[in-house]
Amino acid sequence: MDSKDYKNVFVFAEQREGKIQPVAFELLGKARDLADASGEKVVAMLLGCGISGQAHRLVEMGADEVIVADCPELENYLTEEYTQVVYKMIVDNRPNIVLYGATTIGRDLAPRLAARLKTGLTADCTKLEIAEKEDGSKEFRMTRPAFGGNLMATIICPNNRPQMSTVRPGVMRKLTPEPGRKGEIRTFVPEFDRAKIKVKLLETERKGCGCKDISEAKVLVSGGRGVHDKAGFDKLQCLADVLGGQVSSSRAMVDSGIMPQACQVGQTGKTVRPDLYVACGISGAIQHLAGMEESGYIVAINKDKFAPIFSVADLGIVGDLHKIVPLLAERLKKEMAE
Amino acid sequence: MKIIVCIKQVPDTTEIKIDPVKGTLIREGVPSIMNPDDKGGLELALRMKEQYGAEVTVITMGPPQADLILREAFAMGADRAILLTDRKFAGADTLATSYALAGAIRTMEYDLIIAGRQAIDGDTAQVGPEMAEHLGLPQVSYVTDARKEGDKLIVRKESEESVQTLEVEGPCVLTVLASAFPARYMSVAGIMEAYGREVELWSADRIDVDEGRLGLKGSPTKVFQSFPKALKAPGEQFEGSAEEAVELIVRKLKEKHII
Ligand SMILES: Cc1cc2nc3c(=O)[nH]c(=O)nc-3n(C[C@H](O)[C@H](O)[C@H](O)COP(=O)(O)OP(=O)(O)OC[C@H]3O[C@@H](n4cnc5c(N)ncnc54)[C@H](O)[C@@H]3O)c2cc1C
Ligand SMILES: Cc1cc2nc3c(=O)[nH]c(=O)nc-3n(C[C@H](O)[C@H](O)[C@H](O)COP(=O)(O)OP(=O)(O)OC[C@H]3O[C@@H](n4cnc5c(N)ncnc54)[C@H](O)[C@@H]3O)c2cc1C
Repeated sequence: MDSKDYKNVFVFAEQREGKIQPVAFELLGKARDLADASGEKVVAMLLGCGISGQAHRLVEMGADEVIVADCPELENYLTEEYTQVVYKMIVDNRPNIVLYGATTIGRDLAPRLAARLKTGLTADCTKLEIAEKEDGSKEFRMTRPAFGGNLMATIICPNNRPQMSTVRPGVMRKLTPEPGRKGEIRTFVPEFDRAKIKVKLLETERKGCGCKDISEAKVLVSGGRGVHDKAGFDKLQCLADVLGGQVSSSRAMVDSGIMPQACQVGQTGKTVRPDLYVACGISGAIQHLAGMEESGYIVAINKDKFAPIFSVADLGIVGDLHKIVPLLAERLKKEMAE
Repeated sequence: MKIIVCIKQVPDTTEIKIDPVKGTLIREGVPSIMNPDDKGGLELALRMKEQYGAEVTVITMGPPQADLILREAFAMGADRAILLTDRKFAGADTLATSYALAGAIRTMEYDLIIAGRQAIDGDTAQVGPEMAEHLGLPQVSYVTDARKEGDKLIVRKESEESVQTLEVEGPCVLTVLASAFPARYMSVAGIMEAYGREVELWSADRIDVDEGRLGLKGSPTKVFQSFPKALKAPGEQFEGSAEEAVELIVRKLKEKHII
C-alpha cells in the first residue's frame, strides 16, 4: 500500500428516519479543518431512502462532494447493508481519512468496516489534528480518553489507509451554513450481496421521552442526587426556562428513574458543550466530568465544599441548591424583564 | 446449543488514580475484575443454558493472571474455559485482538458468540464487531434481550431513541449491555469446585491465524503518547448566604455576556 494513493477526508453522514443527524454536520466542520491542512477535499457519504434531496445541505455545511446512495434497502440502518455500500465507496475512492459519529450506528458500522478494510480505527476521539513531523511530512493524530476518562491517549495509524476515527456527538463544532455553496453531488447505485444478509428488522419502538436533544442546548441546568426528586427538578426547570435552556442530569438520577436516559450527561450518556452549564447537587465523578467539562462556563452549586465538581467549575457556590436555585430563577426573571 | 462468551480481565477503572507527580496511572492496589458488560454476556449465556440447554465456553486473551476471571466464570456456571496466552499476542490493538479471538473461535464449534459491548479500560467497543467480520458472521450490538424462535434468534437492540427487534438467521455475534443482564453471584460450591477445574491454555500455534497479523506487528494503530487529562485551573469558590451567592452568579453571567 502506498499512502500517497489515498486522498481526501470522508465523512459518514448519518441519518435517522430521513433526518441528517447533527453529528454529521459537526464532523464536516472538523473534516474541513483537516482537509484544508493538507490541501484535500471533504467528501460526505449519505445513505438512505428518499434522502437525495438533502445532499445540498451537506455541501452548505462544508462538503466539496457528496456521494449519495438512495434506495429502499438503506431506509433503516442495518449492519451488513450499510457495510457493503460504504465499503465499496471507500474502496472505489481511496480516502485518506474517514470519520464517523460515535453513535450506536457509527460504533456498529465503523469497526465492521475497519476489519473488512484491514485498517485501524480510533474510538471516541476528542481531538483530531494534522501534525507536522520532524521530517516535514504530515501525520494524522487522534486523541481519545481511555480507562474511564482517567487517561488520554494520542493514537496514530502510520501504515494503513484509510485512517479512521469515531467522534462523539457534541464534541466538534459545526460551521455556519453557507447557502448556495457549490459542490458536486454524485449518485452511487448499490449492489447487494444478499447471501451475506442474515439480519432482518422486525420492529422499531421509539422510546419517546419527547424531550429535546440536550447536546443542542446553549444552556443546561443539570441536576444530581442532591436534587432529590421530581419536585427538585421542577425548580431546575424554572431556572432553565428563564435562561432559555434545558434540564439535564447525572446518571444517579437516571438510574433512580427520576430522569430519562436521554437527559444523562457523561461517559455513558451524552457529551455536551453548552455556553453555560449549571451543575446542581452533582458531585463531579470523572464519568460525569467527561461529558461536560468542555462547556463554555460552568457554575457548580454543591453543599460539600470539597466536591470534585468544583475542580472544573469556573464559579463554585458552596450552599444549598434548594434555596439558591429558586432565588436565582426569580432574580434572573427580574433581570431579563429590565 | 454451543455458546462462546468472550470475557476480558480489566482494572476496576472506578478505583484508578493518577500519580500527580509522574502523571501515570497508579495500578497498584487496583483490583482486576471481569469486565462488567462481559459478565452480563455470561449471564445471558447461562440463562439460555437454563432455558434451552447449552454448553457455555468462556474465552479470554490475556496474561496468565487472567486465569482468575475464568475461574470466576466457572463458579457462575460456565462449562469450559480457554485462556489464549502467548507473547505473540502482546501489544494488540482491537484489530489484532479481534483477529486472535476469531482465530481461536474458528477452530471451535458454536451456535452463538457473545461479547460485551465495551471493555472499561480500552473503552473502544470495537472488538465484538471486528471479530464478527473476521468470522464472516452477522452481528447485533447493544443487545438487551435475546431468545430463540425455531432456528432463528430474536434480539432486542437499544439505540439512542429507539428499541429495535431484529431476527437473526444462523450463528452470530451479539454484544451486550451489562445493565440488561444483572449477573448472578458465584455459588459457594461453584467457587470450591472452580479451582480444581481445568483451564485450557492455548498459544498462537494452537489457533487458526496468520502470525503476521497478531500482536503489535498486526496492529495498524499505535499509541503515540498517553498522558493524564489536563486539569483546568479551578475557578473561584464562594461560600456565603444564598442571596449573596445569587448576586455573584448574576454578576458573573453578565460579565461573560451569557445574559
Ligand atoms: C462505567 C461507569 C460509567 C458511568 N457513566 C456516568 C455518566 O455517563 N454520567 C454520570 O453522571 N455518571 C456516570 N457514572 C456514575 C458516576 O460514577 C457517579 O456515581 C454519578 O455521576 C454520581 O451522581 P451524582 O453526582 O448525582 O450523585 P452523588 O455522587 O451522590 O452526589 C450528590 C451531590 O449532591 C450534593 N448535595 C446533596 N444535597 C445537596 C443540596 N441540598 N444542595 C447542594 N448540593 C447537595 C452532595 O454534596 C453530593 O456532592 C458512571 C459510573 C461508571 C462506573
Ligand atoms: C490508552 C489506550 C488507547 C487505545 N485506543 C485504541 C484505539 O483507539 N483503537 C484500537 O484499535 N485499539 C486501541 N487500544 C488497544 C485496545 O485497548 C486493545 O486492543 C484491547 O485489547 C481491546 O480493546 P478494548 O479494551 O477497547 O475492548 P472493547 O472493544 O471495548 O471490548 C469489547 C468486548 O470484546 C471482548 N474482548 C475485548 N478484549 C478481549 C480479550 N482480550 N479477551 C477476550 N475478550 C475480549 C469482550 O467481550 C469485550 O467486552 C488502546 C489501548 C490503550 C492502552
